[in-house]
Amino acid sequence: MSAATIHGPGTTPLKLTWPRVLRSEWTKLWSLRSSVYTLLTAAVVMIGFGLIFSATQTASRSRAGPPGVSDPATVSLGGVYLAQLVIAVLGVLLISSEYSTGSIRSTLAAVPRRLPVLWAKGAVLAAVTLMLMAAATIAAFVGGQAILSGKHLQTSLSDPGVLRAVLGAALYLTVVALLGLGLGALLRHTAAAIGIAAGLLLVLPILASLLPPSWSSHITRFLPANAGQAILNVHHVANTLSPWTGLAVFCGYALASLTAAAILLVRRDA
Amino acid sequence: MVIEIRELTKRYGAKTAVDGLSVTVRPGMVTGFLGPNGAGKSTTMRLIIGLDAPSSGEVRVGGRRYRDFPAPLHEVGALLEAREVHPGRTAYKHLLALARTHGISRRRVEEVIGLAGLSEVARQRVGGFSLGMGQRLGIAAALLGDPEVVMLDEPVNGLDPEGVRWVRTLLAGLAAEGRTVFVSSHLMGEMALTAQHLVVIGRGRLIADSSVADFTARAPGEFVRVRTSDASRLGELLAGPGVTIRPASDGVLEVTGLTSDQIGVVAAAGKVTLYELAPQHASLEEAFMEVTHDHVEYHAGDLASIGSRA
Repeated sequence: MSAATIHGPGTTPLKLTWPRVLRSEWTKLWSLRSSVYTLLTAAVVMIGFGLIFSATQTASRSRAGPPGVSDPATVSLGGVYLAQLVIAVLGVLLISSEYSTGSIRSTLAAVPRRLPVLWAKGAVLAAVTLMLMAAATIAAFVGGQAILSGKHLQTSLSDPGVLRAVLGAALYLTVVALLGLGLGALLRHTAAAIGIAAGLLLVLPILASLLPPSWSSHITRFLPANAGQAILNVHHVANTLSPWTGLAVFCGYALASLTAAAILLVRRDA
Repeated sequence: MVIEIRELTKRYGAKTAVDGLSVTVRPGMVTGFLGPNGAGKSTTMRLIIGLDAPSSGEVRVGGRRYRDFPAPLHEVGALLEAREVHPGRTAYKHLLALARTHGISRRRVEEVIGLAGLSEVARQRVGGFSLGMGQRLGIAAALLGDPEVVMLDEPVNGLDPEGVRWVRTLLAGLAAEGRTVFVSSHLMGEMALTAQHLVVIGRGRLIADSSVADFTARAPGEFVRVRTSDASRLGELLAGPGVTIRPASDGVLEVTGLTSDQIGVVAAAGKVTLYELAPQHASLEEAFMEVTHDHVEYHAGDLASIGSRA
């Protein structure tokens, strides 16, 4: 075949490889404004709400003054409850937008074995979320403690359990992103996947809190958000799992969604 | 590389999109894939590159399954639907992301952008592209991996006349280089100008598999419409080798194989009164319409001989 007319000389042999799929997904993530904006929004929410909660905690403390306020580390990480929704949307969109725009057909034509696409998306998503959210949670913590120190309510990273809670928040958000990716790949529909993610992370904990306490110890602490957010507790809270057990359980949910998505990705027509 | 489609069937629920299709597409020429909208052309192409899994039968490209190629984009370059692109991404980044899966260079990306005439707009987001620019981007993506097989679904859709001519020249060039070029269209006229071989399907089944020349020769391209007082007697008088006579409506015959002059002479000699004697020139487009027109089963049997003769 006289390929030279179309193909220039000196090119390396073309081959589809795992690291190359990873690189492709990296390019795809950063070449969309929506994913960049979503990541920035998550960081702003994480830091902004951390500062706001710290400030309101400081203000209320000056009036009432009794002990028993929330742990200062947890206060400054309060942004995680909203940031998790933003990060879940990021995870969902990473794959559901491929289905809504039809670009999944280009993607799967280039990688017909399909699974590398899902793993590459997961790896890129996890790495980017972890890096950015770790920076955001540290910023939220440092800023929050600076505000709380005005009333001498602050804690420090060297205090027991604090560093784990701060970095744990970033880990939690990373697993949220992967859960979102799994749901997006499973449902292939943006609105449906975001709805389910929001239901799991925000609505289910509220519903569970209405159950009698006897249920709580058996069921509630194993629910996705309840289990995952145990990593944010500096001190043990009644009827919650221990921090790392909780995160492991939450990872289990994310893994289940990704496994189901992987099986269907291979079996279903694109 | 040869595309071998064997007993391929694809059902979506109760609907059968492709029904026992067996075709071999050969390199070194442009093979037109024709059929009315909904005939199963796009589905067949999706099955070739494994986007959909067949209900039964199989497709091999160069003897292998598409998913088993170490560098799929280097083997088959496909344009399936105009929009397989995220509208929020620039044309350049879309092609770059595809290129990176195979280690295709940035220079090659720029090359196909130039080839498709998209240099001016490559850094713009695809959402603002016209249908024609979207098609050019899809063709650029298909050529990205320098593929042995180029498969394009309705490539001229939305292209301006200059773009249509560009596609024709491009396809001819690719075929001349020995590549396998498989192009679908629902427009017979376009295919007659572009393709050397035709695969015609209707309702998911093979209707014809022949060279363009054979297809046009076999299709009822020209006939003479005759209205007369005594159709049965005129029919007997005209009958002969190479002559086909089709009774159309009351007193009307459609005669193939004789000119209007010859028919007039025969009628006068036989003292049959003619009310109307009109040569009809059916276009290739009409021939195609007739071939694919509703009764697919009937035509499939009728034209099967073309394939075996070709």
